[in-house]
Amino acid sequence: MKFWKIFKNGLFDENPTFRIVIGMCPTLAITNAAINGLVMGLATAFVLLTTEIIISLVKKLIPENVRIPSYVLIIATMVTTVDYFLKAFLPGIASALSLFIPLIVVNCIILGRAEAFASRNSVVDSIADALGMGLGFTGALLLLSSIREILGSGTIFGFEVLGNWYPRMSIMTMPAGAFISLGILIGLVNLVSRKGVK
Amino acid sequence: MEQFTHILLLFASTVLINNFILVRFLGICPFLGVSNQIGTAFSMGLATTFVMTLTGMASWLINTFILEKFGLQFLETVTFILVIAALVQFVEMFIKKTSPALYKALGIYLPLITTNCAILGLALIITAEGYSFIESVVFGFAAGVGFTLAIVLMAGLRENLEFADVPGPLKGVPITLIIAGIMALAFMGFSGLIAM
Repeated sequence: MKFWKIFKNGLFDENPTFRIVIGMCPTLAITNAAINGLVMGLATAFVLLTTEIIISLVKKLIPENVRIPSYVLIIATMVTTVDYFLKAFLPGIASALSLFIPLIVVNCIILGRAEAFASRNSVVDSIADALGMGLGFTGALLLLSSIREILGSGTIFGFEVLGNWYPRMSIMTMPAGAFISLGILIGLVNLVSRKGVK
Repeated sequence: MEQFTHILLLFASTVLINNFILVRFLGICPFLGVSNQIGTAFSMGLATTFVMTLTGMASWLINTFILEKFGLQFLETVTFILVIAALVQFVEMFIKKTSPALYKALGIYLPLITTNCAILGLALIITAEGYSFIESVVFGFAAGVGFTLAIVLMAGLRENLEFADVPGPLKGVPITLIIAGIMALAFMGFSGLIAM
């Protein structure tokens, strides 16, 4: 039962995008099409899962003083792996995400969870946390990128959903649209959960 | 002379047209986190500009003389993040020794710069674009100036926002993001300024 509790915590209660508001750079930059959001989310989730497993396994071997550099090295290694994997198997999407795949290294979600969770908990709990947080992040990216793709290009995953009558709001696929739609979305999440005002 | 014009154009286009925050989406975390007051925002911008200029220099040197020379490009991400972390630490110690007043002003912001994706992004863009040494340094400096410009403008807006009646659910981050969106719209006006 504990597994589900930790999993749900990452997915909803402490959702990295809507609740804690971290990892904003990729959230804003690559959510102009649903497929980019999905791949970016899954890539981040994969790095999060593998680093949390590795760190929770070796946490006793790493001296306290050098733990942050060690974590960064582990993260950077996994990110390089993902980077080369995407370049080899999904070259089109890899070039759309370009800079933001290597930049997963400095995504605060990964180092934050490594330090706050994986370094103090068992492997199983770390897997639950990584899956919850990773899928929470993926879900948020998918939601935002779907909204932007539908409003901006009238398509979703490249399929036409709105007919020709719909005037394409191309601003939604540009930087300004990213900021405004994410702002409104977080506002709506706050409104629904009624915990928004601090 | 032609070289000089090229450098000037690179500077202007990096600050205004390809602004790191508003167009490239790099460095959003400090942009949202440290933009409450103009004073602190300016200090953060100053510290970031300093580190960015040094990173521009360091990443070109490392890429040219180590990574490319020995065919180690696959270690790019790992190397750059380590170098940036070391660089920030070094800058912190250097400022502490030479100028305690500046250290006091920048103090808490310096370590935060390591995890600022604008810095690693800068190093990766420099290698991807194949800039020369001079271009790398100017690009790093200009990116820092653009960052400072955006964060100080934002802080000015947010200081006035204190007196506005913002709807409850939009308070804090959401309204900041919406303002940033409107600022990004304004910066789009620069896009036709220079044809590179």
